[in-house]
Amino acid sequence: MPKLTIDGREVEVEAGTSILQAAEVLGIEIPRFCYHERLAIAGNCRMCMVEVANSPKPVASCAMPVSDGMVVRTNTPVVAKARRGALEFLLINHPLDCPICDQGGECDLQDETMAYGQDRGRFAENKRAVKDKDFGPLVKTTMTRCIHCTRCIRFITDVAGVPELGATGRGENMEVGTYVQKALSSELSGNIIDLCPVGALTSKPYAFTARSWELKKTESVDVLDAVGAAIRIDTRGNQVMRILPRTNDDVNEEWLSDKSRFSYDALLRQRLDRPYVRRDGKLVEASWAEAFAAIVKRLKGVSGQSIAAIAGDLADAEAMVALKDLFETLGSPHIDGRQDGAKLVGPRGSYIFNSGIAGIDAADALLLIGTNPRKEAAVLNARIRKRWLRGGLTVAAVGPKADLTYRHEDLGDDPAILAAIADGSHPFSATLAAAKRPMLIIGQGALARPDGAILLGLARKIAEATGMVSPEWNGFNVLHGAASRVAALDLGLVPGPSGHDVEGILAAAESGEIGFVYLLGADEIDMARLGKAFVVYQGHHGDAGAHRADVILPGAAYTEKNATYVNTEGRVQRTRLAVFPPGEAKEDWKILRALSEALGQKLPYDNIGEVRARMAVANPVFGGTDVLEPAPWGPFGAEGTPSSEPLVSPIDNFYMTDAISRASKTMAVCTATFVGCAHERTGTHG
Amino acid sequence: MLHDKDRVFTNLYGQKDWRLAGARSRGDWDGTKDILDKGRDWIIDEMKTSGLRGRGGAGFPTGLKWSFMPKEVGARPHYLVVNADEGEPGTCKDRDIIRHDPHKLVEGCLLASFAMRAHTCYIYIRGEFIREAAHLQTAIDEAYAAGLIGKNACGSGWDFDLFLYRGAGAYICGEETALIQSLEGRKGQPRLKPPFPAGVGLYGCPTTVNNVESIAFAPTILRRGAAWFAGLGRPKNSGTKVFCISGHVERPCNVEEEMGIPLRELIEKHAGGVRGGWDNLLAIIPGGASVPVLPKSICDSVLMDFDSLRDVRSGLGTAAVMVMDKSTDIVRAITRLSKFYKHESCGQCSPCREGTGWLWRVMERMCTGHATSQEIDTLEEVTRQIEGHTICALGDAAAWPIQGLIRSFRPEMERRIAEARASARPALINESVGEADGAAA
Amino acid sequence: MSSSAEQSYQPASFTFTDENLIKAKAFIAKHPDGRQRSAVIPLLDLAQRQEGWVSLAAMDYLAGMLGMAPIEVYEVATFYSMFQLRPVGRYHLQVCTNLPCMLRGSADIVETCEKELGVSLGETTPDGLFTLSEVECLGACVNAPVIWIGDEYYEDLDVESVKTVIRALKRGETPKPGSQKGRSGAEPLGGQTTLLTPPAEQQNREGGA
Repeated sequence: MPKLTIDGREVEVEAGTSILQAAEVLGIEIPRFCYHERLAIAGNCRMCMVEVANSPKPVASCAMPVSDGMVVRTNTPVVAKARRGALEFLLINHPLDCPICDQGGECDLQDETMAYGQDRGRFAENKRAVKDKDFGPLVKTTMTRCIHCTRCIRFITDVAGVPELGATGRGENMEVGTYVQKALSSELSGNIIDLCPVGALTSKPYAFTARSWELKKTESVDVLDAVGAAIRIDTRGNQVMRILPRTNDDVNEEWLSDKSRFSYDALLRQRLDRPYVRRDGKLVEASWAEAFAAIVKRLKGVSGQSIAAIAGDLADAEAMVALKDLFETLGSPHIDGRQDGAKLVGPRGSYIFNSGIAGIDAADALLLIGTNPRKEAAVLNARIRKRWLRGGLTVAAVGPKADLTYRHEDLGDDPAILAAIADGSHPFSATLAAAKRPMLIIGQGALARPDGAILLGLARKIAEATGMVSPEWNGFNVLHGAASRVAALDLGLVPGPSGHDVEGILAAAESGEIGFVYLLGADEIDMARLGKAFVVYQGHHGDAGAHRADVILPGAAYTEKNATYVNTEGRVQRTRLAVFPPGEAKEDWKILRALSEALGQKLPYDNIGEVRARMAVANPVFGGTDVLEPAPWGPFGAEGTPSSEPLVSPIDNFYMTDAISRASKTMAVCTATFVGCAHERTGTHG
Repeated sequence: MLHDKDRVFTNLYGQKDWRLAGARSRGDWDGTKDILDKGRDWIIDEMKTSGLRGRGGAGFPTGLKWSFMPKEVGARPHYLVVNADEGEPGTCKDRDIIRHDPHKLVEGCLLASFAMRAHTCYIYIRGEFIREAAHLQTAIDEAYAAGLIGKNACGSGWDFDLFLYRGAGAYICGEETALIQSLEGRKGQPRLKPPFPAGVGLYGCPTTVNNVESIAFAPTILRRGAAWFAGLGRPKNSGTKVFCISGHVERPCNVEEEMGIPLRELIEKHAGGVRGGWDNLLAIIPGGASVPVLPKSICDSVLMDFDSLRDVRSGLGTAAVMVMDKSTDIVRAITRLSKFYKHESCGQCSPCREGTGWLWRVMERMCTGHATSQEIDTLEEVTRQIEGHTICALGDAAAWPIQGLIRSFRPEMERRIAEARASARPALINESVGEADGAAA
Repeated sequence: MSSSAEQSYQPASFTFTDENLIKAKAFIAKHPDGRQRSAVIPLLDLAQRQEGWVSLAAMDYLAGMLGMAPIEVYEVATFYSMFQLRPVGRYHLQVCTNLPCMLRGSADIVETCEKELGVSLGETTPDGLFTLSEVECLGACVNAPVIWIGDEYYEDLDVESVKTVIRALKRGETPKPGSQKGRSGAEPLGGQTTLLTPPAEQQNREGGA
């Protein structure tokens, strides 16, 4: 390992490290604009110049690998002059419109000018004006501010894998853009806003709504898919002003999908902010007491066998454990946390993403089954692409044809192919078997179908036959779409003995056998099949469930509660309350706790600590957060021949998959722009 | 003075047959196999001993450059790329080699490629040289047909493919890594170094990029011997060179002369002298647009080679001698070069992208004197802020002519500023009256 | 540059002629397998020769042919100054005004062109026959001033010879390219100082020194 000296301090780093990175090890900050640790090196801003002994010219530290015995200085007059010069060049054609720029206050160019720049300009000519570009509904452009660092281009091209951005023209006329008018179609486009070191690319929905220094920042996790990306919720007063990604190398690195970033406007729209009770066929406003009274009245003397509960995709673990406890108390075995009908039940290893998302980095062969990760987990898909770009990863897919942003062999959408891979008769089994770290990702497109258990069984066979499961590696991965699902399975929100699953509950409701259904944020089921059942909907948005409900209990959205979610990897994470629930809405476990008291079946916990203790009893995984333990493995899935029905992705519109994103105006515009108007209100399950 | 017998480019003026038969009659392709048979080490040693320094402008020793290529061919093939993207203002020597003596280049490509273990060579010619490219392609086709290149080139057992690639209008592609980018089908934006092309070049493979003239010299050097070439010129500045004499001379011309010839002798002997006589000389840019201008006092005695010109803070560059007599508006002349660099900046790195435009705009005002004398200092500082801070040498090239101007002609710049200031007030009044009239009309 | 992208003169589609398709394949074949994008510059040139300029449709066609993202082709096409991204006249007069040409009177050449054609630099005549542009150094400095028209350089120009060239073009004739003063190359006019010895004596065969 080369040893070098920076500003008189010695440091030993791995060969291939850049001077800039080596300086970071020592805590020496070198200013930069174009350099970003997750992007390819461009070396174009010339801000990171340092002096290297025996080099006649200052050196761009981001692009210069260290060598043994190198002597670097970052605090000399030459360096100061180089920084001042680079800044001056970047500023001569940069407008002085900071007061009306959304980047103001969090602008690299502003900050570095304060730190390293000079206090006046010497440029007496006219500044360049650049026409703004239309990148679609999410990214606002003010291209005159562009400093041509090309971070956005490198992100969209390399990380997102949707090469639509480039720098056309040359010299001072070089412009970053799409050349032909085109909205950026990447599901990750919002990340270029974060990457832009100036105010050239800003958030269109956030435009002119707040200044960064007015915002309260709350660290939380995202729930609009099952990745569980780390986020920061920026609020002013009781309003979410924007959502940004936080760094979590194991999960989302520092990216966030556009749905997760831009759906926040929905937190103010179509909200259930007070209880409602249906009277004479119409939902009318009610007090909590009236709403509970209506439920108590309906449940009086009703057998546990004729009531049921379904937990939806956004439900938090605290609420789900309370729901389970309540329905057990009421004597109902009919409970299901898999509203999409996924045939998942069994040892934990059978329903989580065992390798972890970071495990993708190690995989060398990957089989995708019934999933389009680009739509179902955009950030995770970028991780696959990153691994693929590095070389040495073979990908094949059994499922819908799709542009996944990396080359993959499309094996077809016939489930029978899985049987062939499982029994070794398909050529791809050899590829998997030969791999050191083989991996499969099975999605809900395979699991949430009547023969899902058979497909799951086939996936297990493939995993076991090709050496995916060993003490040090488990490449059997289930990709969920719903943030609630793994916690639901961890807590056992599956039918008890003789209980009905979602399909059974719906059938029983249709037949009248079940007369009461409690929907905990469940919106994706076919409400028409609930028949004459009395429906309680607890949730935060006026979506399908609320429309069907007889009683509505207003709950809290993920930004409004301290709640536990478990992501597709089985990682237990917590959201934090950033704003209070609107109106009379309450945290969800509290609603169930209050209802239990009204029903005379008081649940045995009075604060969130006690709820969580209860969760940990139900499943020890809830004993800690943010740890991944190897999950138990064992028999699961069913034997049999799958139907010949082709495998499809559960998502046809990435932008609208749940009650929140469906309520978002921004997502509606995205849908109209990228998916087509016909899809505008259809969402996940058609 | 150099004798004709020591001139390498014997059809420089295109008065004789440029095709294979003519080339052979001038000695090209004579005993090429014998040279190849002497082996790579001999060839590279001979090139080193000859003292040939790259003729593209930087003057890096050619033989040494060849020796940087890996000694064994690994998984990645080696490439030779010939830089025929001649575009340095004032320079038109490669053009004449290509159109009038193309076989010297083709033969040189074979010898150099063989020495560097490259089975493939690309010649990157600027797109505007359409007729020149046609000649070169004909020469390549002739060489293939005669078995001089291709499989078992010259019967040497070495397989060698030579391809011509036409650029499309970008001065920056004369920079070797920009040229490689362009050859790969990208924008001609220079790459960061390291890695250097000898390690990671074309298609990620070991690559050497050489100028046309350098490569075209190789066959004659290897035939006549390094000692012959080294015996011409001055130490470390050996051999002959094609000079391009343009501008205010009686008879602009290209001429192959011995390195180190006095500038005045070069002009007077071959170009008919400065228009109106030597005393009518104002200044000379001795090596293409990128090198600082020399006032007459230096031109009187300076020798034309790398080290002599470096010693007077200019450079031999491409040996493109641009002569300006006393009728020249020297500020305007340098401003025109600033405009060129602004036009040709690739736009990749900030000092060049932003700085070249800044320089040009200030220079435009310097032409009319609408500036302050402090701004001359600012201008100088801005050139220093660009120089040495860019990815490639275009930033330096944009800086040097202005530095040269300020160094040698600052009084002229000051004079204009003073003059403009003296007439400023009436001019302003006139302008505003004119504007008012315009508005009324 | 980018402003030309969405204009009405953009054709709806582009394909190479059969003849050009053969040429295109030959260009691609000059490069190793998988490096077909290397041919994008020659192919853009080929497209320009076919339709007179490079349309958006042509760029998209080439992107498909070479397995490039369209934006990558746009980047290349907008970078190189030879690619015309909007229609130009049948005769595109590109006058070099860089220093060596300037010293030899390129300003007069530009002025003469403007007068003869009735357009300014950067403009096209109403009949669509001539476009007049300024161009950077063409690399024929010893034969300055120079105009580049089509595939030819017109060198050693003066006001009269420029008029002759333009008037010939107007008549639909092809004026003789190269030096307008009768030089075969870049030899000094009116008295060569080198390469005077007969070829037999100036041969540089081995052992010459």
